[in-house]
Amino acid sequence: MAISIKNMKLKGKTWKFGDNINTDLIIPARYMTAYEAAELGKHCMEDADPEFSKKVQPGDVIIAGENFGCGSSREHAVLALKGAGISAIIAKSFARIFFRNAINTGLPIIESPEAAAAIKEGAEIVIDLTAGQIEDRSENQHFTIKEFPEFLTEIVENGGLLRWATKEKKEPIK
Amino acid sequence: MAISLFGSDESDPYIFMTLTEKILAKKSGRSELKPGEFVLVDVDLGFANDLTGPPAIKEFEKYGDKVFAPEKVALIPDHFTPCKDIDSAGLVRILREFSRKQGISRFYEIGRMGVEHALLPEEGLILPGTIVIGADSHTCTHGALGAFATGVGSTDLAFFLLTGKAWFRVPETIAVEFSGKLPEWVGGKDLILYLISKTGVDGARYKSFEFIGPVVSRLPVDDRFSMCNMAIEAGAKNGIIAPDRITLDYLRQVNPAWVNSHPDFTLNPDSGVVYSKKIEIDVSKLEPFVAAPDLPSNGYPVSQLSDVKLDQVLIGSCTNGRISDLKIAAGILKGKKVAKGLRLIVIPATQKIWQEALKEGYLNTFVESGAAVSTPTCGPCLGGHMGVLAEGEVALATTNRNFVGRMGHPRSKVYLSSAAVAAASAVTGRITHPSVV
Repeated sequence: MAISIKNMKLKGKTWKFGDNINTDLIIPARYMTAYEAAELGKHCMEDADPEFSKKVQPGDVIIAGENFGCGSSREHAVLALKGAGISAIIAKSFARIFFRNAINTGLPIIESPEAAAAIKEGAEIVIDLTAGQIEDRSENQHFTIKEFPEFLTEIVENGGLLRWATKEKKEPIK
Repeated sequence: MAISLFGSDESDPYIFMTLTEKILAKKSGRSELKPGEFVLVDVDLGFANDLTGPPAIKEFEKYGDKVFAPEKVALIPDHFTPCKDIDSAGLVRILREFSRKQGISRFYEIGRMGVEHALLPEEGLILPGTIVIGADSHTCTHGALGAFATGVGSTDLAFFLLTGKAWFRVPETIAVEFSGKLPEWVGGKDLILYLISKTGVDGARYKSFEFIGPVVSRLPVDDRFSMCNMAIEAGAKNGIIAPDRITLDYLRQVNPAWVNSHPDFTLNPDSGVVYSKKIEIDVSKLEPFVAAPDLPSNGYPVSQLSDVKLDQVLIGSCTNGRISDLKIAAGILKGKKVAKGLRLIVIPATQKIWQEALKEGYLNTFVESGAAVSTPTCGPCLGGHMGVLAEGEVALATTNRNFVGRMGHPRSKVYLSSAAVAAASAVTGRITHPSVV
């Protein structure tokens, strides 16, 4: 499930969530005998909104508050979001294991307190990862994405950690 | 409680390192490093369970066919075991077959295992100064023995299987100094619940907790495990305690060969190190602490929650399923009965602990009081099996997380506490201070 984000624009509608959206909420443990994105996606955010996965259109974006993805290390959470059709997450801040899981599996995540606060649910937005810009077409507002550490960008651009690892034959960091 | 903030001083002629920084430096072949840097480290032990292992294995098999260092891998099916259904059995089979194929000897079947974060130290696999990664968020438990231990995802684990390494961004360290005299009934679980109530669930996000001070120096190893176990619940990357005589006494029991071959081992932060933040806590006035729904940070002194009626009490888990937890619980439950209308489940965290609890008479005490005693499993902690909650039910558990729906129905509620509070509450049917029963 690797996608290169080089020269990529993401366009979709937004779904807004609050603070501390934890992994038990994103994908309850009762579904964790599955580990394919398509299956997990059917149950994404089920305890918050049983219809969520049906409502999401491929390409949609989640806008969230602080500490998104806190709780368990389960990578199933990222897979559930991808399986539901989410193409990116903009949050005020991310919990660390979720953050690394998103990087490692090539799901674009953007930490932007301003964008996360200002963008409303149901907005049409365009994220230009190369230019580092978020455009909210519904409210006509723009946000600049804070520069990402080069090492992490490399992993995401190469479609995830193992792709990057096997593609790069040299030691990328000392 | 005092919080003081220190900055790093650019005029320092040397770099002073914290425990975490020292370990990351050593394992990445650097003499020194600073927070914010990215490093690629050699991992000493990497492990996964029945839920996180299969996706890691599937990912690994797309890119490689031979595990880099099978002797550094452990696979512990503990979440949905003894297998709760056909799918769970399929997951364990993946781990079993992979272990066989790759020559991974550290694969643990039921009857010869425990919950991963209680089992691995007991097996002598957690050593000070090493790097331990686990595809489970409570891997931070192992910082109690002075390792850099942190939770990672399945893809990280796959990368480790392929290369023997992991990438990290060096975290800043928050020092937490506990001082004063520990009151009766207050232990490691209460200290960490209290700390998280002050920091919030993201107060230590991306940071390392270094637990220091005279209270920690006297804290038994089981309490240290409980404390470090919940570092993640404040958002921390890891929790760590400098190895000392208590650590060595424990290691002498579980890995005497290592102790004998490392007679002069020490690992301390550089004296003069400046932490990014220091939190000082005087424990003298603390009470046993309980986290109320729906966040581990929603903590209160136990006496403020005495009206809360309970349907189920769980004593177990990687947080508080160890022998000292069972000893305390048995001491409170001896000769008493579990309250009418309440279910008590006791899950010793490993087979060895189960056997010792049997020998000491604790299991008898639990059974006679009316408890259900189980073989080791994570089971109910994450709403998997062995004690899932129905709509409207309220549980008190010695576990580490109480988000909405954690233990079952989204409209069930979970409180978190020590084993002492759990045992006392099982007797009265309400959240209870241990001194009351």
